[in-house]
Amino acid sequence: MHLAVAAPTTTWYLVLASLLFAIGAVGVLVRRNPLVMFMCIELMLNAVNLTFVALARKLGDIGGQTTVFFVMVVAAAEVVVGLGIIVSILRRRPSATADDIAELKG
Amino acid sequence: MQLFVFVCAAAMILVGAIGVIVRSHPVHAALSLILTLFGVAVLFVAQDAHFLAAVQVIVYAGAIVVLFLFVIMLLGVDKAEALRIDPVKVQRPLAAIVGLGLFGLVAAAIVRSRDSLVVRGRGIDIASGEAGHDSNIRQLANDLFSNHVFAFEVTSVLLVIAVVGTVLLARRPRSGSASDTSAGSK
Amino acid sequence: MLDLVWLIPALPLAGFLIVLLLGRKLGEPRAGYVATLMTASAFLVTVGVFIDLLSKTAEERSHVHTLFSWIPVGNLKVDLAFLADPLSITMALFVTGIGSLIHLYSIGYMHGDPKFSKFFLYLNLFVFSMLMLVLGENMLVTFLGWEGVGTCSYLLISFWHSRESAATAGKKAFVTNRVGDWGFMVAMFFTFQALGTLSYGPLNEAARDGGIAQSTATMIALMLFVGAVGKSAQLPLYLWLPDAMEGPTPVSALIHAATMVTAGVYLMVRTSPVLAIAAWHWAPWIVAGIGAATALYAAMVAVAQNDIKKVLAYSTVSQLGYMFLAVGSGAYVAAIFHMVTHAFFKALLFLGSGSVIHGMNSEQDMRRMGALRKVMPITGFTFIIGWLAIAGVPPFAGFWSKDEILLFAWNKSPILWVVGLVTALLTAYYMTRQVIMVFYGKARWNDHAEENGAHGDVHPHESPVTMLLPLVVLAGLSIVGGAIQLPFSHASKRLETWLEPVIETAESPLKTGSEDIKWILAGVAVAIGLIGISAAYMVYSKKKVKAIEPNLLANAWYYDKGVSALMGGPGRKSFDAVAWFDSHIIDGAVNGTGKLVQGVAGIVRKGQSGLVRTYAALIGVGAVAVIAWFVFRGVAQ
Repeated sequence: MHLAVAAPTTTWYLVLASLLFAIGAVGVLVRRNPLVMFMCIELMLNAVNLTFVALARKLGDIGGQTTVFFVMVVAAAEVVVGLGIIVSILRRRPSATADDIAELKG
Repeated sequence: MQLFVFVCAAAMILVGAIGVIVRSHPVHAALSLILTLFGVAVLFVAQDAHFLAAVQVIVYAGAIVVLFLFVIMLLGVDKAEALRIDPVKVQRPLAAIVGLGLFGLVAAAIVRSRDSLVVRGRGIDIASGEAGHDSNIRQLANDLFSNHVFAFEVTSVLLVIAVVGTVLLARRPRSGSASDTSAGSK
Repeated sequence: MLDLVWLIPALPLAGFLIVLLLGRKLGEPRAGYVATLMTASAFLVTVGVFIDLLSKTAEERSHVHTLFSWIPVGNLKVDLAFLADPLSITMALFVTGIGSLIHLYSIGYMHGDPKFSKFFLYLNLFVFSMLMLVLGENMLVTFLGWEGVGTCSYLLISFWHSRESAATAGKKAFVTNRVGDWGFMVAMFFTFQALGTLSYGPLNEAARDGGIAQSTATMIALMLFVGAVGKSAQLPLYLWLPDAMEGPTPVSALIHAATMVTAGVYLMVRTSPVLAIAAWHWAPWIVAGIGAATALYAAMVAVAQNDIKKVLAYSTVSQLGYMFLAVGSGAYVAAIFHMVTHAFFKALLFLGSGSVIHGMNSEQDMRRMGALRKVMPITGFTFIIGWLAIAGVPPFAGFWSKDEILLFAWNKSPILWVVGLVTALLTAYYMTRQVIMVFYGKARWNDHAEENGAHGDVHPHESPVTMLLPLVVLAGLSIVGGAIQLPFSHASKRLETWLEPVIETAESPLKTGSEDIKWILAGVAVAIGLIGISAAYMVYSKKKVKAIEPNLLANAWYYDKGVSALMGGPGRKSFDAVAWFDSHIIDGAVNGTGKLVQGVAGIVRKGQSGLVRTYAALIGVGAVAVIAWFVFRGVAQ
């Protein structure tokens, strides 16, 4: 049965992406475990990717997808370095949280 | 049909995202992240970004999240986080402001300006291209290697640097070496 | 020669600098000779300028010599300029003349004092300041000299500052003068506001032509009078002058008899059109009233004083009262005339008393003197001449000038004349008393010398020539000084004609047309003087009548103590209140601002928690705000 409903428009995708982005931002601010904070950042990056792709389709410009390609590359590199840092810290203090950086202040 | 796909994918994304931020066990959070990434990949396909959908699954879900899990297991930090209360009292209200503010404002901007999206560019081709049309991957490759070749080379350098840097960072310090942290702490 | 008028104050200034730099090397008595030489040269230059002015016609006798533009600020343009006209040159003549004589006298008087050259340093500085005061072309140059003489007065009164009473007296003089100086400054402000200039020429012209509103002119005149009251020791600001006798006697002679205290009178005469023409009718009455009251008050107090210098101090206050009485009665020539003659005989009397003190080995109490005429003949003789002059005995100088004042007082109001007459009686009385106590009668010194607090055994002797010479010169001037303004005919009224261009419009015309009134009044004055003299003779020489020296008068009506009580009691409390206000409210505001900043910083500091998550949250909030702005900016469009 064909329902006379609207096909999802670009707007829907963009709104979904912004919602995902907001959720990711809240997650970064609320979670204390550094690994989970990193995952929330990945959420935000994905939201951005979704935005680019949706707009690339709407505007008919392949450049949007190229951008996503680069975003993914950089995200990968960032994850590698970030996890390296987390490893080197958590190896020494397994129970460290983001709040413990406050010990660095003078 | 499209609507159905969209709704399912959107559900996967949102459930996964909420899961990432509310699950106290990091492994559970990582699995929720995978759910989200799959949902995003589905939406990529729906938007005619086939190559990117494949890359998303292979690189993001297949490599990055696996890396996360490796680190979690390696360090044994899979203890559940105490999420009941936040030691910094002001944090949750601020986060609420940020979340609601971002979503609300951006959504409002999107909705208001939807009519101003104008087609430019040559258009995106579908994989089952007719004669005269390039496939998505070919089109993407064309754009990448002609307009953005320099950035492409630079990203390869970036990856090398990232790998080298991380290896150095995560090395266990030799005894008596200057990177011993006991001298610099406190 | 007129162009060299700037040399007149410059020479004592040069003397000051020379003694300042080389005084210690020059030593006694060369430092004294240098200072005297400088002042005497200034006198010679003044004489030259005087002759030059004489050679001109009456209208041309006003020469302004501008040295440089002193204060060109906005609308205020004040030059350092000198005004050489009959009035200023008259003042300069006797300032430099008597100043030179006193310098010479001081060489002998200050002999042996360890601070010998410093004394002459201050003296020369004083002469310089006084000359700036009288030669100034505008109120600001005069004020410069005014403050300068005040400062030198302080320095010289407390010259022997190791003595507590001297140091206190110096401070008292300075502070009391300051109260008067406030009046002078307010007058300057009013003048500038009304006319945009501080020069005397435009001021007097505006007063004559009606260019100043009457209320403004009254304010200016009365404020200048406040300054004069402070500087010339009238009621209620006279209290510094008797205490100023703590200074060396030449200081008393120069500053507190002949020159500085006359600065107030000079100022009133210089701005006479403002007082006489522009101000309200009752303004001169205030001047005359205060002058007359002061004259009578001080004369009464002098009757009961036992210190030889204090008698003369109160006498000075009293005679200054006469001068202000003259100014208030519109007799500006008479005021200047009396100023000149008073300078002669009062300086003579002071220097004479200094000679006595010097000979009596620093004894100052008249009760321990007596019969000194035989031992100090020249001092005694010159002192007696001074006495006759001040008592108003013709043909000595004092008679002519005092008589002129009394005539104009009668012209203004008989009441003023009566007050002046009673004062003349008392003046004759107390001066005779002083002469008798010091120079006649039994020798009361050597009686109980050491045990009664004398400064060692007393062998009175005559003073050296450097001290006697000025006495003789001044005595001569006291005899013939009246000749400058003899009332017999217009030709003999030389001072009046000389000063005419300066004060003619301000001078009051004599209402009483009849010549006989003049001679009757003169006769009455002489008679009163003789009565005073004989009364004192009866009391102190013949001892036929008991002396009336009530404590009330000896303590100067307890005025000084009253002022001390007022200032010490309620005065001090109000000062403490002001100081409290300053330290708590004004400083409190300043400190409070600092504390406020500290407090706020203390609160804001807590934001620096070091918690990265909070920082990130705040960044997020900031980002939301920025996005909101962009979104709503779009809405507005």
